[in-house]
Amino acid sequence: MSDDLIKTIFGRLTLESFPIHEPILVGTFIMVAIGGAAVLGALTYFKLWGYLWKEWFTSVDHKKIGIMYIVLALIMFLRGFADALMMRAQQAMAFGGSEGFLPAHHYDQVFTAHGVIMIFFVAMPFVTGLMNYVVPLQIGARDVSFPFLNNFSFWMTVSGAVTVMMSLFVGEFARTGWLAMAPLSGLDYSPDVGVDYYIWALQIAGVGTLLSGVNLLATIIKMRAPGMSLMQMPIFTWSALVTNVLIVAAFPVLTAVLAMLSLDRYIGTNFFTNTGGGNPMMYVNMIWIWGHPEVYILILPAFGVFSEVVSTFSGKRLFGYTSMVYALIVICILSYLVWLHHFFTMGSGASVNSFFGITTMIISIPTGAKIFNWLFTMYRGRIRFELPMMWAVAFMLTFVVGGMTGVMLAVPPADFQFHNSLFLIAHFHNVIIGGVLFGMFAGVNYWWPKAFGFKLDRFWGTISFWCWVVGFWVAFTPLYVLGLMGVTRRLRAFEDPSLQIWFVIAAIGALIIAAGIGAMLMQFYVSIRDREKLRDVTGDPWNGRTLEWATSSPPPAYNFAFTPVVHDLDAWHDMKSKKAERPTTGFRAIHMPKNTGAGIILAGLSTVFGVAMIWYIWWLAALSFVALIATAIGHTFNYDRDFHIPAEDVVNSEDARTRALQSAGV
Amino acid sequence: MSTTAQTAPGTAAPSYYDLDEHEHPPGASTMLGFWLYLMSDCLIFAMLFAAYGVYGGSFAGGPGPKELFELPLVAVNTTMLLLSSITYGFAMLNADEKNKAATLRWLGVTGVFGAAFLAIELYEFSNLIHEGAGPWRSAFLSSFFTLVGTHGLHVTFGIIWLVTLMVQVARRGLEPANLRRLQCLSLFWHFLDVVWIGVFTFVYLLGVLR
Repeated sequence: MSDDLIKTIFGRLTLESFPIHEPILVGTFIMVAIGGAAVLGALTYFKLWGYLWKEWFTSVDHKKIGIMYIVLALIMFLRGFADALMMRAQQAMAFGGSEGFLPAHHYDQVFTAHGVIMIFFVAMPFVTGLMNYVVPLQIGARDVSFPFLNNFSFWMTVSGAVTVMMSLFVGEFARTGWLAMAPLSGLDYSPDVGVDYYIWALQIAGVGTLLSGVNLLATIIKMRAPGMSLMQMPIFTWSALVTNVLIVAAFPVLTAVLAMLSLDRYIGTNFFTNTGGGNPMMYVNMIWIWGHPEVYILILPAFGVFSEVVSTFSGKRLFGYTSMVYALIVICILSYLVWLHHFFTMGSGASVNSFFGITTMIISIPTGAKIFNWLFTMYRGRIRFELPMMWAVAFMLTFVVGGMTGVMLAVPPADFQFHNSLFLIAHFHNVIIGGVLFGMFAGVNYWWPKAFGFKLDRFWGTISFWCWVVGFWVAFTPLYVLGLMGVTRRLRAFEDPSLQIWFVIAAIGALIIAAGIGAMLMQFYVSIRDREKLRDVTGDPWNGRTLEWATSSPPPAYNFAFTPVVHDLDAWHDMKSKKAERPTTGFRAIHMPKNTGAGIILAGLSTVFGVAMIWYIWWLAALSFVALIATAIGHTFNYDRDFHIPAEDVVNSEDARTRALQSAGV
Repeated sequence: MSTTAQTAPGTAAPSYYDLDEHEHPPGASTMLGFWLYLMSDCLIFAMLFAAYGVYGGSFAGGPGPKELFELPLVAVNTTMLLLSSITYGFAMLNADEKNKAATLRWLGVTGVFGAAFLAIELYEFSNLIHEGAGPWRSAFLSSFFTLVGTHGLHVTFGIIWLVTLMVQVARRGLEPANLRRLQCLSLFWHFLDVVWIGVFTFVYLLGVLR
C-alpha cells in the first residue's frame, strides 16, 4: 500500500503511536488488560450482560443513572489518584542529580491528566450523580423532567472519560497543565495528539454536563411536590438548583473557548496565537470565566450535603435556612465576578486587580455565614457522630483553613509571591479535598442506605475517615511550607537538597490517603457482605427530615406511590411529627418513561467521532458524524416513550413495604 | 403548582398525600427546558461576540471590514432570514388552527428562505476566501468567520430539524408531541433571528463605520 493510502485510512495514527518503548505504560497496560479481561470474562460467565444492558445501561431511572455516575467517579478516582502517587514519588526522589523515575514528557502528561481527571471525571460525575439520585426524591418527583436526556448525558460523560483513558495507551495526553493554556496548547508548541485528546474529551463530556444541568434545573422548577414552595425546598435541592444555574451559565463558555482553540489547531485561525493579531491572554480570561464558576459548581452541592447531614444528625432544623439560601445565591452571582484573581500576575493593572481582589474577599462572607449556620445548627443539638457527621465536622475544620489561605491568595500584592507556587496547590487541594471530596464521602455514607437498603460498615468507615483526614494534612501541609519558600508547581526535579524532607513527608501523606482509599473499598466490600446485618427496612435509618426518607430503601422505580403533599420545610419531619398515615390502599397504575438504548449508542458514535478527529481520520469522522445525526433523527421518530406500571405491581411492592414496616414496628 | 391542596376541602386535618392524582401531561417541562438550552446557546454566541469585540480591529496588516463587507448583499441576506421568521410565524398560526396542509406549506417556505440565507452566506464566504481573506488571515477574520459561521451552522441544523419535523407532521399530523416540537423549533428559529440582528448591527454595520 502506498503511504498516501495508509495516511488516508489511518490519519496520523501509526505504529509509533503505541508507547511500547515505555516500560511504565506497558506494565500499566498489561495490568489493565488482565483486569479488564477478568471483569469482562466474569460478566460473560455469570451471564450479566443482558441484565446490565436492560436494567442499567439503557435505564432512564434517575436513581440508577445517579449510581452509575458515582461508580464512574470512583473508577476514575482510582486512576487520578494513581497519577497523584506517581507525582509524589517522583518529587520525593528527584533530588541531588537524580532524575526520578518519570521522564519529562511523561511527568507533564501525568500532572495534566491528574487535574483533568479529578475535576472533570471524578468531582463532576460525583456531584452530578448525587444530585441525580437525591433531588427527585427530595422534591417528591417520580423522575427528572427529561429521563432520556439524563441517560444520554451520563453516557456522554463516560465517552469523555473513555477518550481520556485511551490516551494512556494510544498516543499521549496533553502536556500543558489541566487548563491547556495558550499558546502552549497551540499547534506550534503542542503539535501532537495530546491537546486534541484533551479538547475532544472535554467537549463530548461537556455536552453531557450541560444537558444534565438543563435537565435538573427544569426538574426542580417544574416537578416539585404540591405545596413545596421554593423556600420550602430541602437545602440540598437548593444547592442543586444554584449549581445547575452555574452549570448552564458556565459550560457554554468552556465549549466556546475550546472550540476556538480547536479552530486554531485544525484550520489555522489566529485566536490565541502570538502572530496574526491573536492574543493568548484572551484564552486565559475566557477559560477562567468558566473555570471559576466551575469550582463553585463543585463545592455548592457539597455545602448542600453538609447542611442536610448537620441538620439530621443534630436533630434540629437547619439554623438560618433563609440565610443559607441567600448565601448560595450570592455565591452564585459573585462566582462570575472573581475570575481574574487566577492571574493577577498577568498585568491587568492595579485598578483591575484591586476590583477582583475585593470581590474575591467578599465571596468569603456568605461562605463564612454558612460555616456559622452549621455551627449554630449543632449548638444545643443532640449530635450523633455517625460517619456522615464525622465527615461534616472534619470538613468544617479543614475547609476553614483552605478558605483562609484563599483569602491570602486574594490579596493581589501577596499573590505575586504565591502565584503558581505549591502554596496555591496546597490551597486548592485544601478546599477541593476538604470540601468537595469530604462532602461527597459524607453524601455516600448518608444516602447509601437509601440507595441499597443497608448501612455502610462503621468500623472500616472510621478507619477510612481517619486515614483521609490525617493523610490529607500530612500530604498538604508540607506543600504550604514549600510554597511559602517559593517552590513553584509542576517541577519534575530539584536542586536544593534541604527541600527533600518536605516532599518525603508529603509522599508519606499520600500513602496514608492511599490507606484511606483502601479502607473505603474494604468498607464497601464488608458492607455488601454483611448487608443482612446492616439492613434497614424502615427506609429512614437516620431519623431524616426530608422526603427521600419517606419512601422505602431502595425506593421503588416510581419513588412514591402517592405524591406527597408538602406543608412545611423538612416535609418528612413534619409528616412524622403530625403522625401522617401512609396510605395502604387505593393504588393506581403509574405512568413512567421507557428505557432506551439511544443514549449509549449516540455516546458511542460521539467517541468514534472524537477519536477520528484526534487522529485526523477524516473519513471516519465524517461517517460517524453522519451516523450520529441520523441516529438522533431516528430517535425522534420513536413516539412511544412511556408505559404504565400496572396497579397490581404497585400494590405488590407497597404491600411488601407495609409488611416490612409492621415487622420493624414502625 | 404550590397552590394545590394545602388542606383538603371540608376537613380540618391537612392531607399529606395526593390520593387523587391526575396524570401529568408528558412534556410539561419541555418548553422551559428548551428555553434554558437556548440561553446556554446564547452564551456561546456571547463569547463569540466578545471575541469579535476584542479582535475586531486586529487586522494583522490584512483587509478590514471596509474593504471586505458588501452591505447590499448582507441586506438581502438579512431580509431572507427575517422573512423566514415571519413565515415560521404563519406556520405556527396555522398549526394552532390545526390546519396541517397550510402548516406544512409555510414550513416549506420557511425552509426555502433559510436555504437562501445559507446560500448567500456561503457565497460571501467563498468570495472572501478567494480574495485571500480567509479565517486564517487575521484574528479579525478568525473571529468574523467563527461568529457568522456558528450562526450559519445553527441555521443548517435548523433546516435539518425543519425537514424532519415536516416529515413527522405529514405522517402523524398536528398531535401534541409534534406541536410541542414545532414550538421548540419556533423558539430556536426566532432566537437565530435575534442573534443575526446582533451580527448585522455589531459586525457588519458598525464594522463598516469604524
